[in-house]
Amino acid sequence: MIWSRHNTSFLSRADSALTQVTGSTALVVAVLLGLVLLLLIKESGSVLSDGGWTSFFVSDGWYPQSDEYNLLPMLWATLAASLGAVLIALPLGVMSAVFSRFYAPAWMVNPLRRIMVLLAGIPSVVYGLWGLTVLVPLLGAWMPPGSSLLSAILILALMILPTVSLTSEAALSAVSPASLQGAAALGLSRKGVVLGVALPEARAGILTGALLATMRALGETMAVLMVAGNVVQTPGSLFDSVRVLTANIALEMPYATGDHRAALFASGLLLMMIVTLLAWLAGRQQGGDGRGHAHE
Amino acid sequence: MNTPTMNTMAKEIFGADSTAAHEKTSPYTLGNVEQGEACCIPVPHIQVENLSVAYQGKTVLENVSLDINKGCITALIGPSGCGKTSFLSSLNRLTDLTLGCQVAGDIRIDGMDITSPGLDVMALRRKVGMIFQKPNPFPLSIRRNIEMPLREHGIKNRRELEQRIARALQDVGLWEEVSDRLDAPAMSLSGGQQQRLCIARALALEPSILLMDEPCSALDPIASAKVEALIQSLCKRYTVVIVTHNLAQAKRVANYAAFFWMSERVGKLIEFGRCQSLFESPSHELTAAYVTGVSG
Amino acid sequence: MHMSKQSLSISDLNSFSGRSSTRLSGDVILTALVWVAATLVVGMFLWLLGDLFFHGFNKLSLSFLTDAPQNSGREGGIGTILVSTLLILGVALLATLPLGLGTAVYLSEFAGGKTGDKAKQLIRMSLNMLAGVPSIVFGLFGNALFCIWLDMGFSIWSGGLTLACMMLPLFISTTEAGLSSVSNEWRQGASALGLSHAAALWHVLLPAAAPAITAGLMLSIGRALAETAALIFTSGYVDRMPESLADSGRALSVHIYDMSMNVTGGDETAYGSALILIVMLVLISSVAVSLTNRFLAQRITPS
Repeated sequence: MIWSRHNTSFLSRADSALTQVTGSTALVVAVLLGLVLLLLIKESGSVLSDGGWTSFFVSDGWYPQSDEYNLLPMLWATLAASLGAVLIALPLGVMSAVFSRFYAPAWMVNPLRRIMVLLAGIPSVVYGLWGLTVLVPLLGAWMPPGSSLLSAILILALMILPTVSLTSEAALSAVSPASLQGAAALGLSRKGVVLGVALPEARAGILTGALLATMRALGETMAVLMVAGNVVQTPGSLFDSVRVLTANIALEMPYATGDHRAALFASGLLLMMIVTLLAWLAGRQQGGDGRGHAHE
Repeated sequence: MNTPTMNTMAKEIFGADSTAAHEKTSPYTLGNVEQGEACCIPVPHIQVENLSVAYQGKTVLENVSLDINKGCITALIGPSGCGKTSFLSSLNRLTDLTLGCQVAGDIRIDGMDITSPGLDVMALRRKVGMIFQKPNPFPLSIRRNIEMPLREHGIKNRRELEQRIARALQDVGLWEEVSDRLDAPAMSLSGGQQQRLCIARALALEPSILLMDEPCSALDPIASAKVEALIQSLCKRYTVVIVTHNLAQAKRVANYAAFFWMSERVGKLIEFGRCQSLFESPSHELTAAYVTGVSG
Repeated sequence: MHMSKQSLSISDLNSFSGRSSTRLSGDVILTALVWVAATLVVGMFLWLLGDLFFHGFNKLSLSFLTDAPQNSGREGGIGTILVSTLLILGVALLATLPLGLGTAVYLSEFAGGKTGDKAKQLIRMSLNMLAGVPSIVFGLFGNALFCIWLDMGFSIWSGGLTLACMMLPLFISTTEAGLSSVSNEWRQGASALGLSHAAALWHVLLPAAAPAITAGLMLSIGRALAETAALIFTSGYVDRMPESLADSGRALSVHIYDMSMNVTGGDETAYGSALILIVMLVLISSVAVSLTNRFLAQRITPS
């Protein structure tokens, strides 16, 4: 029920104050997104106005000293790392959600969930720290150098795993008991129910979770910065050192000036547009199937 | 037409200094009404003329005209969906709260038109109290449940508050039961006690009219009997309009009865008159059928 | 409720498995896969957490928590870092609480007909998108807006305000959810008593939603504490004790980054700081969980 002011033009003084105050805070918050966009565009203006976006994709390479700002190698690295991470985390996360929902003994369910929630909150620097001190040397012993696209993929997969698991579990829990009971009554084995009924019905929610996880992977900075090696090159193999767009901004912002700085802002703008597109897709997906699954 | 008054300045939440004196001199727009008396000398208190209520274009009540007499208990009877609750809600402008609700027609309380958009609805609702089907005490202490609305309406004097609280609780018969634990949470009371608390809460504001929407239907028989006895005791002191499905209760409690019925998918007032004559010698055949239990 | 659903499906399904040999093997394979996946996942995390604990534990002591960093942080403690972190968090809360509560109240309590609903839809959509913006982009934004345009430079102000922008979407959505789920009966009852919306909110609705709101706040704080990229170019790197909010200050997460990447031999400190950070997050998360449980329990009214 919502207070409707349609049928009355009377507002007590307290309520008109309330309307004004809350309305103005809502306004401030509403313009925040626009403000972020505006500032990004403004700061990247100098380099965008020169040659538009094409210069970011056709120049010789990323050489700030000679005013060359080719984003492509880093863009490929970003996409490769994120997609690789999702490819690993999605099946693992869904399986662990299936485990929690259908296979785990009752006493295990809540502690497992609590652990996942905790893990979803672990800061990326901590993942990066562990990656740097444990994962990279391990990989390095196998195939030098240790800091590479592979380590970035593995660390990212680890980071988005809890989120995928939690959203998939929420989606699975939302599957109507009627469907499950009906399937069991038809004599389906547990595998049949899971693969034939539960997963298909939860597909939309799982997909939304996957989109959100991808968004997180694309935007991740610290962990990848710490393990990927940060050499600007298009990744030719899993064991190449790469630099992702986010890490690039983090590394070069402290000393970038003029066009260089503008180029960094432009790369941020590009990232934001990609992620916003995914967010919009995820929002439509959620709204479309009528069920909103909160992600944590 | 009435214009909104600024008497609500006295009702600001963050402590305006309003004393009882101020409250008496700042008129609410309905005119000062003495409580009680009359009944059996029919003096109209609420005059309704051609009232129609529609929600989002769908009419639920059409062209209802009746006069509710002062100090009397008027029962609204009839099957569900006939618009009895809508009728009740338009008497204290609670229909304003529902988006898309349209109220047409004339409603006068003590001669003052209460349908104008600029009316001080908060003052109106102080004088026209409402009790709901499901008891809804606030999640506060028993004392605060009664005290808070009083404070909001400008009564700040500690002694007067205590007096009003005590009087209200005594009126509803709760005083012996709760006087030693006024600071206990209201939610810890039984259903019947909660409903009586809600009535006390409304009575503390010294209304002249009480609207009750099936006040006993969510209560067990013993609690229901207590509330019923309470309602009977309100006769002459307050004008009571009570919606009830319990015909026996209506016969026991009410002085007047109004019979509503669904005709052409719209609620209409079929018959209105003294309770005894409506039940024993109804003029309309629908009424006769309903009160003898043949239909509805 | 989850448990009863769980036992229903397992007991139902278990009794039907193993009907024929082909069905049996398919079922067994899936079961094995699922158990392997779960073990792998839990194992990886136990490895990570165990490692963290193992390496960071010997650094922990009271002096670590209170002393200032020495020798670029290789020795000494994280006292000044903790102070900076709390100050940055404080500034962030100062901005988030009023803006967040106001917006949540607006979204939850007011309708405005067609234009109002459109406005609310727009706000919700923009918040959703804001929630997905990468933290490094917020770092750029904060740098451009607070450090340069508003001339605050690298300071706790800049860092805190940037964090506030990041905390707002989560806080607003949880607060709005909390408020919306408060029973409508109280809203109706309050209106019937002639109380203003403001009075109903202040005395009844907000207190009733308080546990949910606080839980959401805890979650937002958890997110803020984990933030690094946004703080690097807004509140800076200075590890001295900040003298005022206009000073630059190093947050705990930034300290971990610096110790592990830029300072050779800083690994020990990094681990110790990471452990402290995790402990803080676990505490906050536990408070959030217990508050949420209390909120849910409170909504069951005794009859």
